[in-house]
Amino acid sequence: MPAVAEPELEPGAEAQLETQLEAQFEATIGRKDRIEPRDWMPEAYRRTLVRQVAQHAHSEIIGMQPEGAWIGRAPSLRRKAILLAKVQDEAGHGLYLYSAAETLGVSRQELTEMLISGRQKYSSIFNYPTLSYADMGTIGWLVDGAAICNQVPLCRTSFGPYGRAMIRICKEESFHQRQGYELLMTMMRGTDEQRAMVQESVDRFWWPSLMMFGPPDDESPNTARSMAWGVKTHTNDELRQRFVDMTVPQAKALGVTLPDPGLVWNEERGAHDFGQPDWDEFWEVVKGNGPCNAQRVAHRKKAWDDGAWVREAALAFAAGDCRDTSGDTSGDTSGETSNETRTV
Amino acid sequence: MPDVRTHEPDDHDNAYAGLLVNDTHWAFGTDFEDPLAGVDTTVPDGVDPATLAAYCLMLGDDALVLSQRLAEWCSNAPDLEEDIALSNIALDLLGQARLLLARAAAADGSQVPALPDGSPVPDEDRLAFFRDAPQFRNVRLVEVPGGDFAQTVVRILLFSSWRLALLDRLTRSRDGVLAAVAAKAVKELTYHRDFAGRWFLTLARGTDESRRRLVAGLDALWPLWSELFETHDVERAAARSGIGVDPADVAADVEAVLDQVLAASGVDRPAVAPLAAVQGDGAAQPAHGRKGRDGGHTEALGALLAEMQVVARAHPGGQW
Ligand SMILES: [Fe+2]
Ligand SMILES: [Fe+2]
Repeated sequence: MPAVAEPELEPGAEAQLETQLEAQFEATIGRKDRIEPRDWMPEAYRRTLVRQVAQHAHSEIIGMQPEGAWIGRAPSLRRKAILLAKVQDEAGHGLYLYSAAETLGVSRQELTEMLISGRQKYSSIFNYPTLSYADMGTIGWLVDGAAICNQVPLCRTSFGPYGRAMIRICKEESFHQRQGYELLMTMMRGTDEQRAMVQESVDRFWWPSLMMFGPPDDESPNTARSMAWGVKTHTNDELRQRFVDMTVPQAKALGVTLPDPGLVWNEERGAHDFGQPDWDEFWEVVKGNGPCNAQRVAHRKKAWDDGAWVREAALAFAAGDCRDTSGDTSGDTSGETSNETRTV
Repeated sequence: MPDVRTHEPDDHDNAYAGLLVNDTHWAFGTDFEDPLAGVDTTVPDGVDPATLAAYCLMLGDDALVLSQRLAEWCSNAPDLEEDIALSNIALDLLGQARLLLARAAAADGSQVPALPDGSPVPDEDRLAFFRDAPQFRNVRLVEVPGGDFAQTVVRILLFSSWRLALLDRLTRSRDGVLAAVAAKAVKELTYHRDFAGRWFLTLARGTDESRRRLVAGLDALWPLWSELFETHDVERAAARSGIGVDPADVAADVEAVLDQVLAASGVDRPAVAPLAAVQGDGAAQPAHGRKGRDGGHTEALGALLAEMQVVARAHPGGQW
């Protein structure tokens, strides 16, 4: 509902006002200006944004799991520090995005409950398992890389808080990508076993990375409207092509083979031709039947449920609903937790 | 290759711009860098290098093992803010561990495990990944399994209160490297203690459930508390030669800090006895039995190391 309910208007006047607001909204979009939280916006625009920002926030948080699983096994202390800092960054990205969603009137708690009850989705890539340490490099290179291709255009998205969050996030994502690529480079200079590990990892992640751009344009139902609203600025196929063209020279420099026999340079198009991922597999994973869907959601649900008593205690403490205990509580009693993020 | 980078408005549109450039300013560098590069690691006059190395391993292993435990919270914490804060603490301790292990190796290379010729594994990683549990010198408080969030808060409070007092004195070490490491760590540990102190109070005065869990966590870890103030021969020798701190000397200060937190929270000191030392095999064991500093550990350390070391040990000639 538009926030202009008072004083009560005649039905006709209300409709007229709405038309006027809608025209202003379209004009703002047309000028490529930002829509801010207190601006009027069509209800469908708000719903689309909540869905997209929430899905993005959930992806950051679920995305902590496949890499987080290897922090304990990182094979050098330097790599352990890099990986831990990276996964911590992803938690920070989730925080910024949940905050952006909050400006649209939905709380982090509501959204988390939507995630763990399966009513909201996250990026399907995280439903694939991480099976070797090389995956930490491949995920940085291909998965963070594909995420950047998807996300850089979002820095100019029409909704202000989302666009500003994306600027910050994209900087860190490109840093992750470089670190991932650097791990693979280092491993390729190592032993034969390490080189084989890198190739095997790239073989597993190549197709799921291409799927990250979403279904082909003719099967993507929401694209047209999202583009008209400036929520989305490039089509899935455009971004996928850009990703392939950028990745091919990277793979060559690394010395790995991308597992697509149909991948060739097309002189005429000035772009690479490439094969299609198995879209049946994609839809199966989207539907919840991927290798790790159940595990990822269960992990998140367990953390959330196990933490309920802590969140309740913090609320009770902050509300001054303190127990009747004596003693001076001066000093470090703010009860607030640090959310300092580190961008190493 | 010239390191020329442009920052035009649309530059960030290309996710791969600069990826092939010899980009020396990546934060972690493009090659392994010795954490003590450029630092004078000469052992001070009159100091036994083996003692200095063993002392650094004790402080380094404490940080390494607790960092490994705290990193287990990643993606599992009660909320995102705590997830980030616990990772921060784990990262700080990991940084301290790297410097201390590197310092140990630079002081006495004979304590660094040997690997096949030509192995590129750096010293800090040889020490972290190629020693077995009995060679770890950490106190047992840091190795026992994590428990719930309340027990984690208790462990960070106990550990950081103790370590802050130790390292605060260590800033005056005759070993310039240790003094510098300590000076950096003091700032980090102050934050860790504040984090834990705030949560200790919050949980104590939050709900009945949080208070019950907090007290249970304190009871569970209390048997490992007194071990932190017992002086090992290495610590005694290090203190005597002016490079280290005798933990017994900080006991009064640390207990006073802890009493303050307990009083503010309305929590009593637990009436739980310390965990006994255990007599080991061999004649070289101290008469009083072995604790963490002697390499006498709980079952938990072996399992922790098995996870931590599995990839590194599978590739003794690998580079990462
Ligand atoms: Fe991210
Ligand atoms: Fe990332």
